[in-house]
Amino acid sequence: MYDLIIAGAGPAGITAGVYAARKRMNFLVISKNVGGQTLLTAGIENYTGYQFVTGPELAVKFKDHAEQFGMPLKEGETVELVEKAGDAVKVKTDRGEYESKAVIVASGRIPRKLRVRGEAEYTAKGVAYCATCDGPVFAGKDVAVIGGGNSAVQAAIQMMKISPVVHLVDAADKFRADPVSTEKVLNADNVKVYHSARVEEIYGDKFVAGMKISDKNGMHDLSVEGVFVEIGSLPASDFVNGVSRDETGQININCKCETTVEGIYAAGDVTSVPAKQIIIACGEGAKACLMAFDYLARRK
Amino acid sequence: MAKNTRVYSTSTCPHCIALRAYLKEKNVEFENYDVGSDREKAKEMVDKSGQMGVPVVDIEGKIIVGFDKEAISKELGLQ
Repeated sequence: MYDLIIAGAGPAGITAGVYAARKRMNFLVISKNVGGQTLLTAGIENYTGYQFVTGPELAVKFKDHAEQFGMPLKEGETVELVEKAGDAVKVKTDRGEYESKAVIVASGRIPRKLRVRGEAEYTAKGVAYCATCDGPVFAGKDVAVIGGGNSAVQAAIQMMKISPVVHLVDAADKFRADPVSTEKVLNADNVKVYHSARVEEIYGDKFVAGMKISDKNGMHDLSVEGVFVEIGSLPASDFVNGVSRDETGQININCKCETTVEGIYAAGDVTSVPAKQIIIACGEGAKACLMAFDYLARRK
Repeated sequence: MAKNTRVYSTSTCPHCIALRAYLKEKNVEFENYDVGSDREKAKEMVDKSGQMGVPVVDIEGKIIVGFDKEAISKELGLQ
């Protein structure tokens, strides 16, 4: 039985891992990748000590830091269940099962889906969730961007430079992005904006060929080969049993990173803590580990 | 004998940057195609992988979509 299992290796999970390693705890970090959402971040300018660093670079730094202290990491393994079992916590993954006295859930957030016909079928076949990643592949092709926040407007700005036509489809009646960005989109000749609009269907053959949307002017059939879904994210909390969550699915924690289940802690973007920032997630991860350490000392 | 390795990626994609850094770290020689600027290679990538996401790695005909470290390491015999 482990003292501690950390589910996730983004900023919160890795930082918790650094603290656990320095305390020489008997622990394990399990994660699909190292970096989490940091890997999807192009440039970071607000992580203290770094005037500018790219997400992947920072992720590598995180990993080097953890490895320096001998953090045991199971990379490429996905946690599928965390559940209290008697005095311990059971952790089930796609590879096996573990038991631990305490667990820190640091699983972050995943992109929100549209949930319309054709979306799942054409994912990676025209439907994409990271314009920063896949955008350039669609150079010269007409595309649509779904959303109206900063990430959607940024995606439209990126694509309007390389696509003949960009359809920007927003469910709300006005943009929520920063005005500096919104102005760029509104001044572009090749961006068509739709507000209070709904995506009805994404269709195609082998790849996306078009998308049907509706707004106050009726139905529109948009001929696009790419659809970028940029409508925010959801907490990756489904696999944790028995803990209290808020209305959006975030795991409720107190100032000690404790969930409502003894022995199960949570840290970072998966929790109810406001402001989703790398630096905040790191701090929360550190705190969660120290609190779990105290808990284990009290248990003995 | 080193395996013929081709990477289809874009300059902005974080997973592509991480993938290229990983291959360099492991001293794997590879050809990198920027599918953001090279349309022909973009088409080749889509034809080979049947999808449009980056990165794609072609290791002597074995196609791996995404930065799947485990699959790539296995194919290249990396530790």
